[in-house]
Amino acid sequence: MSGFALRRVNHAFRGERVVPVLDDVSLDAAPGTFVSLVGPSGCGKSTLLRVLAGLLTPDGGEAEVGGQSTIGRPGLAAFMPQKDLLLPWRRALQNATLGAEIAGMKRPEARARALALFDQFGLTGFERAWPAQLSGGMRQRLALLRTFLTPADTLLLDEPFGALDAITRREMQAWLQEVWMGHQRTVLFVTHDVEEALLLSDRVAVMSPRPGRIATVVDAPFARPRLPSLVTEPAFVSRKAALLAALDDAMARPSLPPAPG
Amino acid sequence: MTGAGRGRTWRLAREYVPAALLLAGLVGCWELAVALFDTKPYILPAPSRIWDAFLEIRGTLPAHTRVTMTEAVLGLALAAVFGILLASVIASVPLVRRVLYPLLVVSQTIPMIALAPLLIVWFGFGMMPKVLVVEMVGFFPIVVSTVDGLTGADPDMIALVRSMGANRWQVLRQVRIPAAIPAFFAGLKIAAAYAVTAAVVGEWVGTSSSHGLGLLINRSRASFRTDELFVAIAVISLSSVLLFAAVHLLFRIAAPWAHVMTREDSK
Ligand SMILES: Nc1ncnc2c1ncn2[C@@H]1O[C@H](COP(=O)(O)OP(=O)(O)OP(=O)(O)O)[C@@H](O)[C@H]1O
Ligand SMILES: [Mg+2]
Repeated sequence: MSGFALRRVNHAFRGERVVPVLDDVSLDAAPGTFVSLVGPSGCGKSTLLRVLAGLLTPDGGEAEVGGQSTIGRPGLAAFMPQKDLLLPWRRALQNATLGAEIAGMKRPEARARALALFDQFGLTGFERAWPAQLSGGMRQRLALLRTFLTPADTLLLDEPFGALDAITRREMQAWLQEVWMGHQRTVLFVTHDVEEALLLSDRVAVMSPRPGRIATVVDAPFARPRLPSLVTEPAFVSRKAALLAALDDAMARPSLPPAPG
Repeated sequence: MTGAGRGRTWRLAREYVPAALLLAGLVGCWELAVALFDTKPYILPAPSRIWDAFLEIRGTLPAHTRVTMTEAVLGLALAAVFGILLASVIASVPLVRRVLYPLLVVSQTIPMIALAPLLIVWFGFGMMPKVLVVEMVGFFPIVVSTVDGLTGADPDMIALVRSMGANRWQVLRQVRIPAAIPAFFAGLKIAAAYAVTAAVVGEWVGTSSSHGLGLLINRSRASFRTDELFVAIAVISLSSVLLFAAVHLLFRIAAPWAHVMTREDSK
């Protein structure tokens, strides 16, 4: 079991002009905890995940997964990007096993494990379907299944339910909680939805607009399993208000103008 | 007949009947025009006369077609093999890309009809120069589209596979190569459409073989058998269409996923 840690991570994209994206971001998670990251669009959430996934070398700072630096070293965490990115040339079952196979798991074993999870992920009967034949919700669940099967203890989930309608989304939240309770892995979960973040997480980090900083971290010490009715309880409502206020506050502060150059 | 089968027949009919009707109409006009203006058969034979010529020489057509098709298929296979090889090098080594790409484009401006006699000087009147003509015609579209396919894979997909710890070879195997398959076949289809014609040009310039559609054209022309010439032309286009269809079938087998959407859309 492993957690993750980001220490004073800085990054700017350099194109025609310099766009500072991450400003001294520090955040960590103890092994087995569920941490959410909320923040306005474009504040650098996906960029942060790419740093932890080892896909982007930041200008400065440290990023670790399970005590190992991810700088220039992908493969330590299981990453679910914002788009589902299923490989169109692999059937559903083969997509599910991709991460496991690349990590070196023998194909029969990977298939057996995937098949065992197909029911839990609501995909039974679609093992041989091509991604193009799946609905939006099924595609997201399959991408999530692929992430779960990638043998890493830390999961980086970038808006896994972003493309879903409200009803499916609610179902998926309940279901993710259940799956996570069964697997107990460290999760970093990106979302725009404050309620979703509180409902699922142990801690919720709020990011400011670009360049993104961690503005506040709010605890969510509710007993699990959490029922949908939790969202109307006073303790939940007050924390939600605190989160929204922190978001508003972060938005209100003038963000840095882009550096000349 | 099942419901699905009937739906399929209806779809096929709807797709091809209008074209067939137009063709039949054109042939009818042609027949009428030839009768009306009393055109000399060696200038423009009537469709009925071409049909008679077909019946007359049909026994020899399979042998002619076999020779030309062999050249076309061999040339196409050669173009595919060399096309994939060169495309892989161009896609992975930027320097090679910068050096070879312009040369490749320039090579396409050389008219095949001028190159074919040269190939005969070098390789004789056998099958080799014909296969090479086909290969050189098909090479270009295959290389260009395969390079596009290999370099055009979704960068996010590559990032995803890299995040799983994939090495260069695994990225190639899992993403770049499958992503390039539809593009490769797009090039191969263009090459296939021209392959039979290219083989005919090769034969037409000179051949020691006793058969070939190019040879048939040459003979018919020399003996003013314009009706036979038309038969040869029809066989050539039919063979081209068949080769094209065969490549398309190969594509469906090699990349079934690429046809899932179209199957759904056409419903
Ligand atoms: N490869 C890149 N090159 C240049 N700029 C980039 C690149 N990737 C991201 N950016 C910029 O960095 C900023 C942060 O992008 P990022 O994708 O991390 O935002 P986000 O918080 O995930 O937003 P959203 O919630 O909309 O997904 C944006 O302004 C974006 O335009
Ligand atoms: Mg994002």
